[in-house]
Amino acid sequence: MRAAVVVFPGSHCDRDCQVAIERSTGAEVAMVWHQESALPSGLDLIVLPGGFSYGDYLRAGAMAALSPVMAEVRAAAARGVPVAGICNGFQILCEAGLLPGALLRNADLKYVCKPVVLEVTNLQTRFTAAFGDKREATMTVGNGEGNYFADVATLDRLEGEGRVVFRYRDNPNGSARAIAGIVSEAGNVLGLMPHPDRAFEADLGSADGALVFKSVMASA
Amino acid sequence: MKATVHVFLKPGVLDVQGKAVEAALHGLGWNGVADVRVGRTIEFDLAVADVAAGRAEVEAMCARLLANPVIEGYRVEVG
Repeated sequence: MRAAVVVFPGSHCDRDCQVAIERSTGAEVAMVWHQESALPSGLDLIVLPGGFSYGDYLRAGAMAALSPVMAEVRAAAARGVPVAGICNGFQILCEAGLLPGALLRNADLKYVCKPVVLEVTNLQTRFTAAFGDKREATMTVGNGEGNYFADVATLDRLEGEGRVVFRYRDNPNGSARAIAGIVSEAGNVLGLMPHPDRAFEADLGSADGALVFKSVMASA
Repeated sequence: MKATVHVFLKPGVLDVQGKAVEAALHGLGWNGVADVRVGRTIEFDLAVADVAAGRAEVEAMCARLLANPVIEGYRVEVG
């Protein structure tokens, strides 16, 4: 099992993701600098980590979406390789057009950093299969621009196609329909605002995040 | 040639910064203020001879990078 974590200038959860994947799945994790024009071969998962890539210049994720490595991420996603964008990674995937919608500034203008309870709304995805019949998960959010926005037609389509995977029980940032995580049409690209990488063992307050990584590796 | 791009959140997309600035202006006594929008202005020099061609290039830049069409609208000035 092999995973890659992309490191952008300003990423700050890259090491967290590395450790979380290693400890929860035993997979070998390669750290890939964003200027690379190739990804390691045989990847079972690519993670775009949280942080403030390029200092959130222009818009969160806008510059990172144009990094050289993103052409490879796009190509891998098109081949069906699982790609997970967490927090800033979710923003990058939206800016890159790999997921619909955008992340706006939080409705109350506050940066929120706290554990949140999530409803696992689709247990059949590549990122949730290991949840079994567990419909609730606790992970930590840490975002100032985590307010998911998409037009009504897109939101209806996402819900109709079962692509809303995680929903906040108590919406911390004003996200449309309390959406915390979505998948792409093909189901192999996940955008998730809360951090599974900050909730992968009980000592961190919750081990539920490990199930996201276990799910991907179980189908590897 | 000078290009100026004004980027604002689209109507219907909640502009929380605008709301906060509006509340602050009301707090200072300017109660006639309404519908404050906070956007950004991007200025640059552009090496093209023709205004129409320049405008087309700047529009393309907006679509690719300077604005996010999911949430933002923009206005271009070239000259």
